[in-house]
Amino acid sequence: MSVIITDNLTKRFPRVTALDRLTVDVQPGVVGLVGANGAGKSTLIKILLGLAPATEGSARVLGLDVATEGDAIRERVGYMPEHDCLPPDVSATEFVVHMARMSGLPAAAARERTADTLRHVGLYEERYRPIGGYSTGMKQRVKLAQALVHDPQLVLLDEPTNGLDPVGRDDMLALIRRVHSDFGISVLVTSHLLGELERTCDHVVVIDGGKLLRSSSTAEFTQATQSLAVEVTDRQSDPSFDADAAMRDRLTAAGLSVTADGSRVLLVEIKGDETYDLIRDAVADLGLGLVRMEQRRHHISEVFSYDAASAADATEEAPAHV
Amino acid sequence: MSDADIRPADIKPADAKPTATPRADVIHDIGYRHYDGPRLGRSYATRSLFVLGLRGSFGLGRSIKSKILPMGMLAVMCVPAVIIVAVAVYTKMGQLPLEYPRYLSNLQFVIAVFIASQAPVALSRDLRFMTLPLYFSRPLTSRDYVRAKFAAMFSAMFILTALPMLIMWIGSMLASMSFSYNLEHLGYGLVAAACYALVYSGIGLVISSLTPRRGFGVAAIIGLLLISEAVSGIVYGVLTVKGHHSGAHWAMLINPGGLVDSTVTWMFNLRHQGFVGVPSTFGAYVFIAEILVLALASYGLLVRRYRKI
Repeated sequence: MSVIITDNLTKRFPRVTALDRLTVDVQPGVVGLVGANGAGKSTLIKILLGLAPATEGSARVLGLDVATEGDAIRERVGYMPEHDCLPPDVSATEFVVHMARMSGLPAAAARERTADTLRHVGLYEERYRPIGGYSTGMKQRVKLAQALVHDPQLVLLDEPTNGLDPVGRDDMLALIRRVHSDFGISVLVTSHLLGELERTCDHVVVIDGGKLLRSSSTAEFTQATQSLAVEVTDRQSDPSFDADAAMRDRLTAAGLSVTADGSRVLLVEIKGDETYDLIRDAVADLGLGLVRMEQRRHHISEVFSYDAASAADATEEAPAHV
Repeated sequence: MSDADIRPADIKPADAKPTATPRADVIHDIGYRHYDGPRLGRSYATRSLFVLGLRGSFGLGRSIKSKILPMGMLAVMCVPAVIIVAVAVYTKMGQLPLEYPRYLSNLQFVIAVFIASQAPVALSRDLRFMTLPLYFSRPLTSRDYVRAKFAAMFSAMFILTALPMLIMWIGSMLASMSFSYNLEHLGYGLVAAACYALVYSGIGLVISSLTPRRGFGVAAIIGLLLISEAVSGIVYGVLTVKGHHSGAHWAMLINPGGLVDSTVTWMFNLRHQGFVGVPSTFGAYVFIAEILVLALASYGLLVRRYRKI
């Protein structure tokens, strides 16, 4: 079943068109919604929650019409806003319990769900302290917890990694991944950073100026271009030996295409699992040290920079199917 | 799950051998559990918000510091009632020295301070910390939110104003004063309490919904109530000096406290005091209409204010 379907969804404000005939079909999983600031991401979320009427077109969330069944949608969906939304003078527990009750959970169930959810997002003893003293990372976790506390079928996360340092970002992305893989809850996550969504999402929808730029699975974006980055050491006994050239000859002879990327890294095309074995054996036979062997994918952003150019040519795109 | 499903594991036959019991000191990671219990929906959420708001108005469930002012105001409202009762009982009066509604008009200032301090508490936090989107992304609508907050503020004000009169009535009963007279006048007092609660809550909430800063809200409400009282006093004085004795009562229209006081005094034909009173029977109806319009308009404005988030 599609989690989100929009059909020619349009939202016009007096001065600006926030969404322009947007047609997407989002399947269960982790779906990224990418766009620059002002691309229409937050407007889309508001419409999906049934809080703002669309000017034209229609949208369904979990099979429910946003225009007429907003109540039912909001009961089944969790929302984490982009901005700060936490009162500093109450504890995470008090706050999340309150929000659970606002979702219609009875008092006892609200307390139990709160304890569970805060544990799942990684808040332990600190949950009894006032939120005012929390780090940004902890606050983001509380915001996520209030979106999950009523066990929704879908969560809409608006820029969940905003303001986090790189480590915090990674933790949050891993957590978002778990929301789907461990909790079985579908996720729509917005970001203006493509790199993040590449690692986290099954599908990526790109909008720009309210228009759909592209919508397809992450694997599709990057699958065709997978390669291995390989770096080897020189022979200690014989510094004059050109280890890179020897590796290249060896691998080319085995039928792999190898390119040097300028520094000492060789990019080897992956033909299958045996590619890894070939490289290992080649390194061992030549008596070299293996410094690195890592998968390198083309970044989605490269795909998009190409894509944006071609999309401009072909404006009449068929409805995208994620 | 039916009985048959649980029997093999949970209910052992009498002749079963004791099987290896699981160790007690193992922590099980039960993983994520879905919630399949009841979801009580909008009306329950609205009720929860109402209860929270009502408790919050008296600082319950909040820090000690937040309890001082509202509880202090409640005490200030009640202590004179206790003293009145004590004096009346001690001197064996046949009647309380003060009418029930009159008690409230004498303590209008305390009611004003309470609404000024607590109405912003009810609304400004959610505005200031931008918590509203979290409410409205749930089944609760902005109208439910306004209803819950209004009802909570009204109830808090009603408790504040009705409690001292209840003390007076209990005192009068303990002193074996006339049962029917006191019950009737307590009823008048409760009508007055409801009118004060309605008008003051409406004004207080509308003003506090305009600013995320609690301090501004407090200052604006207390300022409005004091200034309107002063202006109506001045207008009344000028008109009286000019010889418009009954017409001068129109000045009560711009003073919420005087408005309620005058209307209740006329409605139950109570003794006049100070510059309280209605200009004419027609004027009285205008006063009643203004109370209703104030309440409805403030509710409407709040709904409007929260429709767009």
